Amino acid sequence: MKAKAGNVDIDISKEFTPEQLKKLDEIIAKNKDKAGALIPVLEQAQGVLEFLPMPILKIIASGLNLPLSRVYGVVTFYSFFTMTPRGKHTMRVCLGTACYVRGGKAINDIIKKELKVEEGETTPDRLFTLETVRCVGACGLGPVIFVGENVHGRLKPAKVKDVISQYN
Amino acid sequence: MSKINTLEDLNKAAKRGLESIIPSKTKVMVGMATSGIASGAQEVYNALAEEIKKRKLDIILSKTGAMGMDCIEPLVDVLQPNKPRLAYSKVTAKKVPEIIDQIVKGAVNGNKPAYRMDEEEFICLNENKPYLKGPVPKDLEGIPKIGDVSFYKKQMKLATRNCGMINYESIDEYIAKGGYFSLLKALTKMQPDEIIDEVIASGLRGRGGGGFQAGIKWQTCRRAHGDIKYVICNGDEGDPGAYMDRSVMEGDPHSVIEGMIIGAYAIGSSQGFIYVRNEYPLAVANLQRALDQAREYGLLGKNILNTGFDFDLKIGKGAGAFVCGESTALMTSLEGKAGEPRAKYIHTVEHGLWDRPSNLNNVETWANVPAIISRGAKWFSSIGCKNNSGTKVFCLVGKINNIGMVEVPMGIPLKEIIYEIGGGIPGGKKYKAVQTGGPSGGCLPDSLIDISVDFDSLWDAGSMMGSGGMIVMDETTCMVDIARYFIDFLEFESCGKCVPCREGVYRMNEILNDICDGKGKAGDVELLESMSQGIVDGALCALGSTAANPVLSTLKYFRDEYVAHVRDKKCPAGVCKALIRFSVSDEKCTGCGVCLKKCPTECISGEKKKTHVIDQTKCIKCGVCKESCKFDAIIVE
Ligand SMILES: Cc1cc2nc3c(=O)[nH]c(=O)nc-3n(C[C@H](O)[C@H](O)[C@H](O)COP(=O)(O)O)c2cc1C
Ligand code: SF4
Ligand code: SF4
Ligand code: SF4
Ligand code: FES
Repeated sequence: MKAKAGNVDIDISKEFTPEQLKKLDEIIAKNKDKAGALIPVLEQAQGVLEFLPMPILKIIASGLNLPLSRVYGVVTFYSFFTMTPRGKHTMRVCLGTACYVRGGKAINDIIKKELKVEEGETTPDRLFTLETVRCVGACGLGPVIFVGENVHGRLKPAKVKDVISQYN
Repeated sequence: MSKINTLEDLNKAAKRGLESIIPSKTKVMVGMATSGIASGAQEVYNALAEEIKKRKLDIILSKTGAMGMDCIEPLVDVLQPNKPRLAYSKVTAKKVPEIIDQIVKGAVNGNKPAYRMDEEEFICLNENKPYLKGPVPKDLEGIPKIGDVSFYKKQMKLATRNCGMINYESIDEYIAKGGYFSLLKALTKMQPDEIIDEVIASGLRGRGGGGFQAGIKWQTCRRAHGDIKYVICNGDEGDPGAYMDRSVMEGDPHSVIEGMIIGAYAIGSSQGFIYVRNEYPLAVANLQRALDQAREYGLLGKNILNTGFDFDLKIGKGAGAFVCGESTALMTSLEGKAGEPRAKYIHTVEHGLWDRPSNLNNVETWANVPAIISRGAKWFSSIGCKNNSGTKVFCLVGKINNIGMVEVPMGIPLKEIIYEIGGGIPGGKKYKAVQTGGPSGGCLPDSLIDISVDFDSLWDAGSMMGSGGMIVMDETTCMVDIARYFIDFLEFESCGKCVPCREGVYRMNEILNDICDGKGKAGDVELLESMSQGIVDGALCALGSTAANPVLSTLKYFRDEYVAHVRDKKCPAGVCKALIRFSVSDEKCTGCGVCLKKCPTECISGEKKKTHVIDQTKCIKCGVCKESCKFDAIIVE
């Protein structure tokens, strides 16, 4: 597992609205005394907040009465959870085996080049977050990338630029 | 809906279901599994709904799961009274008015269906129901029957029996297919031990990879001490490039649920879990709906089918960690912790989830259970080959013409899957190998094309059945790169608990990267071999102990490719970037300038109508120029 760099000094009152934080409290309250609640709580919290920076993990840890190390451990163990903010569009490049043998890696290389970011990073203008995934279930269309909910299948290296320019 | 308590109640639900499976008016079904949606099925569905509304037609519009042939989706099935069921392939929203025209006029012209079905199979009931009474209308005779389409001809659908056939939102349709009759039989006519004996006699082996006898596992769990026992379904499906379990959970969620209730009764469990990976939102939604429906009908919860048996099911979601598919890690994850495996000598059937006896089976394993209970062990064990009864679902992907999910009787020759069902390799290229078993498996080269596809034969060949990924590779696939791909995957997914895997796989990845980068040294291949052995011996869980398989099997069958990389600094397949070079052929280049415009690093230069040149220092070897040159003037060597 790769470590996740989370910004520790983030000011949550600037990053999130009071409504978002209220929802977080509700999620914690609802799951407080349930066994095995941590993962569902984190999942719902990320659904509301989009990312889980360290101050949020602290709130969840004290709310569920768990050590922060346990919460941090779980967040960094599962790749679904993210501690850094996300771009407007999430670009998910499929590197499942089927897409890989059909040229997914070349697609990924070009996207990295075009967006000037590495996997897991967000462009400075916060337009794109680049992620790689393993099989999104469209192997018949491989190689595929998802931008948000949109699928771009049977992608050719020469088409990548066009796809990127569709989003702003 | 009222609860189902008796055979009579169940028959009533089945009657309602049959009326919606073969209705007395026109029905249109859209294949809306993830694969369909990814190809645009949602837009097609919306267009159909709009067109039907606009023309005020009395047509039922319904959703179904995946039939398997991904490469011809979106798929729209049309069923009109007393006519064969017609399947239109590659439908777009634009084609919808034309299809509706054909329905209204009752004639097929222009837009030809890919195939037709004259009857529907009811596996659990052992009968076929015709869609039409008389002969097939003359104008439809020319449309091939599904059984004559080479993709379907050699298939046999048991675990995926209802996928793409019934509306996945309807419990009544599932019941009409014979669903929950097995549960009624099990609860009212069979003792738990009888059920276990039946499953043992059927020879059903776990479809999640290991191939362990399901009945034996159930028996051990039944005999384990403890008041509270759990049954769990493994829907984590971590193999990158495989989606059979997802297709079953999406397309026929009740088959898994029914299997689990029967298993719970046999084992003596009152609570179960279905562990699904987070990346499968549609599977989760369909399972959740199915669980609610089953509860409403009294098929889950207290006093199931009025027999006094209590059992309920919950969904647990994974969060993106491959290792959580491993049994002990999965249970730790269900407890809400980081899913690290533990040593195998503590058996989960005795000390599993929350330290209680727990029986874990794969999605496909569970989905087979209702069919075994209704048709009997003898029938099930007559399918397949020796010690490998039944069928197996595979995802046939990669360099193959017919990409899709296929279910075949075990023991089928690999050749038939590749060349008949799969339709061979595209672009006239040569078959090189197929990888089975995902990151824990291995490859089967051309010399093994006649191998019987079953647990034991694949194991003997140095690969394994795995959960069902089948990735076809051709001459343009580099086997060293493929081995590197899997090792890289496993390095990322290693949980880091034990040293042989954490450090060993990491080091193997470094060596393989060096080899692909042209920095391979003499002795590297031998080092990989000896490290592999060390990891097999020392790793705590099967992620580590099988991690070296892709390396060992590619070394076994394609050693010369490793040698070419290390010694000659060449990549015979033309894949490894450090070992290839793009240049322009003086002879073929017309100087059209297309490549110059497309190159992402602007490293091509040249005047109009003169041979262009590539600046090797800036070229990232992306292949864009080769793909865009119409004159085949880009040379890769
Ligand atoms: C690293 C690793 C990943 C696994 N992933 C899965 C998986 O995604 N799905 C699955 O059913 N089994 C998976 N297994 C196998 C399970 O541990 C277990 O054997 C299986 O779910 C048991 O069910 P079965 O007997 O019905 O096959 C995995 C095993 C390992 C070691
Ligand atoms: S073998 Fe790998 S995945 Fe398994 S416990 Fe050890 S480090 Fe974790
Ligand atoms: S696209 Fe082909 S023909 Fe045209 S300039 Fe480039 S290499 Fe020459
Ligand atoms: S391979 Fe890519 S980077 Fe190199 S010359 Fe061709 S288009 Fe440009
Ligand atoms: S491997 Fe990319 S969609 Fe399946």
